[in-house]
Amino acid sequence: MSNTNRRDFLGMSFAAVAAVGGAASLVGMKQAWDPLPSVLAAGFTTIDLAKAELKPGEPKTFKWRGKPIFVLEMTKEQIADADAEGLPKEYHLNIGDKTYTLVIGICTHLGCIPAWKGIKWKCACHGGEFNPSGKQIFGPPPKPFVVPPFKVEGQVLTLGETGPESTAMIAARA
Amino acid sequence: MALINESFFSAEGLEKRLAGKKFWKVMMTEYWIPKDINFLWALGVVLATTFSILIISGIFLLMYYKPDTALAFDSVNYTIMQEVSYGWLFRHMHGVAASVVFLIIYIHMFTGIYYGSYKKGREMIWISGMLLFVTFSAEGFSGYMLPWGQMSYWAAAVITNLFAGGSLEAWGLVEWIRGGFTVGDATLTRFFMLHVFLIPVVIIGVIVLHFYTLRIPHVNNQISDDIDYDAEAEKYLAGNKRESKVIPFWPVFLSKDFAVLGIFLIFYFYLVFFNFEFAMDPVNFDPANSMKTPTHIYPEWYFLWSYETLRGPFFDMFGMKAGDIGLMIFGLAQVIFVVFPFLDKDPDVLPAHKRPKFFIWFWVMIVDLLVLSVYGKLPPIGANSWIGFTFTALFLLLWVSLPFVTKSDAKARGAL
Repeated sequence: MSNTNRRDFLGMSFAAVAAVGGAASLVGMKQAWDPLPSVLAAGFTTIDLAKAELKPGEPKTFKWRGKPIFVLEMTKEQIADADAEGLPKEYHLNIGDKTYTLVIGICTHLGCIPAWKGIKWKCACHGGEFNPSGKQIFGPPPKPFVVPPFKVEGQVLTLGETGPESTAMIAARA
Repeated sequence: MALINESFFSAEGLEKRLAGKKFWKVMMTEYWIPKDINFLWALGVVLATTFSILIISGIFLLMYYKPDTALAFDSVNYTIMQEVSYGWLFRHMHGVAASVVFLIIYIHMFTGIYYGSYKKGREMIWISGMLLFVTFSAEGFSGYMLPWGQMSYWAAAVITNLFAGGSLEAWGLVEWIRGGFTVGDATLTRFFMLHVFLIPVVIIGVIVLHFYTLRIPHVNNQISDDIDYDAEAEKYLAGNKRESKVIPFWPVFLSKDFAVLGIFLIFYFYLVFFNFEFAMDPVNFDPANSMKTPTHIYPEWYFLWSYETLRGPFFDMFGMKAGDIGLMIFGLAQVIFVVFPFLDKDPDVLPAHKRPKFFIWFWVMIVDLLVLSVYGKLPPIGANSWIGFTFTALFLLLWVSLPFVTKSDAKARGAL
């Protein structure tokens, strides 16, 4: 009888050590697949609006985490249109007396990259259209362009970090 | 076992050590196959051969392919295609076999469904077979990424993006799978590992399992006759070959298999040499560019039907977002075939033409999958969206109706 107990003890000890070792290896294997520190460090892009040489009504494309970022300084007419449509102030990024549209330039339908056509973004894939505020106005896109997380310091935007402005903009589009 | 005295360097001595004759008998000359079968029963051997072609051609591609975003495209399209002797042949053999293997898998699968070869003892054959379908799909997807062209890149982007969980926004998972914020170098290298090592090893293991699961219940036959294999084998071994309902796997069954295999290989090499373009999408001859989406993205033909179920629901319903519903149906479509044996409520094993309502169900399902495949390739605009939606709904309806259809057949026959 005491022999059986000793064997049970050995068996259970072996199982316990194997289980802990197995679980620990799984954690290690999971982490081996995590994005590398260098990849994470490259996940921040700064845009200095003072030096970006934006012209009102003409968007520029920046690159953040491999995705296009559309930045459009809105003209007075475009702001008036957005107000007439009833879009809240937080729909756009307001710095000083300027209003910007700042979005990830990926169509919310199937992930294509739309192109600016003078007054709106138009997607070549399935004909979706977005107005200067980044709101879908025609075709299959189910929701407006997505706003990336960013932090504002003066005129400098750091994409990848979260700030109150981007949180408010994301909430305004939900 | 006693010690063996016969010399290692003699046929007799080797036989003593390995019992090769016994092994050959169990695996080949006394592995019994029913006589009442047709060419569709040869597709297992056709699939095993196609998989061997994929491994051999893959080995030759592996010697020159470079899994690095800066080098991959040129290593395929310049080094392999233009410099390596017969590199173009190995690539076209690999690409065409990868496509054709799915055609044969689908026929093989629907042969099983037609003849009811998934129930009453054959459930494990069916489940291991569906496991092979899933692992082959993963193998096809990971391999498609390697040439690092525009289609490689965007297929990888769209499919890994499914793991973002729609509006659930499962943050972190998709980045973990990619090893970065977007599909990039880490993604390519890890999918390369999966494609050339882990998944093939798993596939080989599951193939062995699939063969093993066949051994005890034996393969089905055209009229689903319940054969007493011991009695029939005895007849055959006693010389009553004409009376016996069974034949040995080797040499009798395989000789017929080789005839079918011969015809298949003529078709396959015709495609390799004269019609390989269907497996070589022109868009994929542009190098991957994360800042420019091709105007129209579509998967390879064998994924089109399930891709269409993803796109089918294009408007919000039942308080859920269209994309989420599509994702749920897509997820269901990947796994629903596995539970086929448990949705079939008919207690008898019979071919579909002896089960009138199931016969209709079978062909409606085939037509539905074909329509979904055709519309999966078309842009989802106008009427296309509605056709995609209708046939996605029909796909779901067919699965819901399966238990009732099979039960109704059984009742009409008096089996229930």
